[in-house]
Amino acid sequence: MPAFLDDFLFSYQSLIYALGINGLLALSMYVVLAIGQLSLGQAAFMGLGAYTSALLTLKLGTPFALVLLASMAVPALAALIIGVPTLRLSGVYLALATIGLGEVLRIAFVNSELTGGALGLSGIPEKAGYAIIFGALLLALIAFVLVSRSRLGRAMEAMREDEVAAGMLGVHLPRYRISALVVSAMLAGLAGALNAHVSSFISPNDYGFDAAVTILSYALLGGIGSPFGPVVGAIILTLLPEVLRPLHDFRLVFNGLIIVIAVLFMPHGLVPWRIGRTGARP
Amino acid sequence: MLAQQLVNGIISGATYALFALGFTLMFGVLNVINLTYGVYFSTGALIALYATRNFAFPILLALPLAAVATGLIAVVIDGLLLTPLRRKKAPELASLMVTLGATLLLYSLMTAFIGTDIQRFPPAAIDSSAIEIGGVRVSRSQILIVGTAFAMVALLLALMRGTRLGLAIRALAENPDAARLMGVDVTLVTFFVSFVSGTLGAAAGILIGLNYNAIQPYMGEVMMLKGFAVIIIGGLGDIRGALIAGLILGLLEGLTAGYVASSLKDAVGFLLLVLTLWFRPVGLFGRAAVKRA
Repeated sequence: MPAFLDDFLFSYQSLIYALGINGLLALSMYVVLAIGQLSLGQAAFMGLGAYTSALLTLKLGTPFALVLLASMAVPALAALIIGVPTLRLSGVYLALATIGLGEVLRIAFVNSELTGGALGLSGIPEKAGYAIIFGALLLALIAFVLVSRSRLGRAMEAMREDEVAAGMLGVHLPRYRISALVVSAMLAGLAGALNAHVSSFISPNDYGFDAAVTILSYALLGGIGSPFGPVVGAIILTLLPEVLRPLHDFRLVFNGLIIVIAVLFMPHGLVPWRIGRTGARP
Repeated sequence: MLAQQLVNGIISGATYALFALGFTLMFGVLNVINLTYGVYFSTGALIALYATRNFAFPILLALPLAAVATGLIAVVIDGLLLTPLRRKKAPELASLMVTLGATLLLYSLMTAFIGTDIQRFPPAAIDSSAIEIGGVRVSRSQILIVGTAFAMVALLLALMRGTRLGLAIRALAENPDAARLMGVDVTLVTFFVSFVSGTLGAAAGILIGLNYNAIQPYMGEVMMLKGFAVIIIGGLGDIRGALIAGLILGLLEGLTAGYVASSLKDAVGFLLLVLTLWFRPVGLFGRAAVKRA
């Protein structure tokens, strides 16, 4: 590797990691938004993944591959507990229950001795790196592009545009809703585990309300017409505060503002193009 | 011990009920989940704090002043964010998202300017002299809290059931288009409902601020968790349900803190919320029509 590239990667290491991890989080938000639902539990799922993985690594010395699997399984279970009862109800219930999940988990992390209380866990070994973070992001992107080109993707888009009509045309709404939520929880959990294993330190405040809303702002800025939108949104909102230093202190104000502007004036986001379908016959 | 826990439970339960009332009113009439509601809770407490601390207002004057000021803020926020979406007939999750963004914006603006340190009412504002009845201690502030909560609830019920304005509000809740055709000024009634909700949220914030005497911008966020629990347990949009669910939550939290562990207190609401979703999504009384998708 050329020396200048080496230097560059070294000085901006944590920023580059953040780009990949936030990209994964944005995709986890995309899966749910893509079928017209709203989950505000992304930060909570991420926290569950992060704490599960950190505890397994620190206390039991579990192999990293198993750690990653567990960090996806635990949030998936939480998604089922919250998701199954809200499936038959309107989207409002899922949104409220997932915000509640975030709050209650934060309280649990702060109060439990196992998770290190308000101080969190530190000294997590650096087991993840560029290859696994960006590999996971790339795989997820490819998978979502393939899905949106398929029958499945058409069903998802139909649900987003008009749920009643989609249901009438034979789309099994509950099955899609729970699958989307579980996949989204798994992705967020994975992102949490990877983040814990590159930053060596996690604390309950990383997974609160601010984080949940920030993840939503990635997806809404980029737009949810295609899986690329949310990733672009995540990259912009991760880089911008670094480039514009004055913005740094008002980062959260800005993220909130982005959501307001996106919903009111820019419903298709910055990347409005949709992905074409294969085998579409007239 | 038990009697004291029950009394403490009723005091926090009364404030939860008051808080959830404005939230459920907003949903029941305007059909939006307005997440900036938690901000009104913090704003009310902060305005009352500044009025008593920096301008030496007596608390009995600061309370209504801060509540009305916050009610006006709620009207402005509704006009800026939700009215445009209503006009476009946007899906209900759009309004949830826009208020979510606004909530983060407002909280972080508040913390940027006043920080997250806990601030307290001046000692003179709080009358902590207690009355003891049969071994149960109740401070005069706590009596003010419960009294105000019950007075506001009674006023609201009288307004909804006994006045033409209340009739217009109920008509709007039932069917906005029909209400408009019957001559209800929908915009005006919408703003009025926002105002009342903001006032209720702020009043709850001031009362809880008085009870615990710890005020900071993010206090509304923790409260929102209880708000969600109460309105879902009581049934979305059900005023009587919210009142009773609020009291139940306060009592159960008091008992949990007294007999199980005080650190588990804040998890009670969420547990009840999940149980309600699994077993009785229509809420306690089953009157709120569950919005099936």
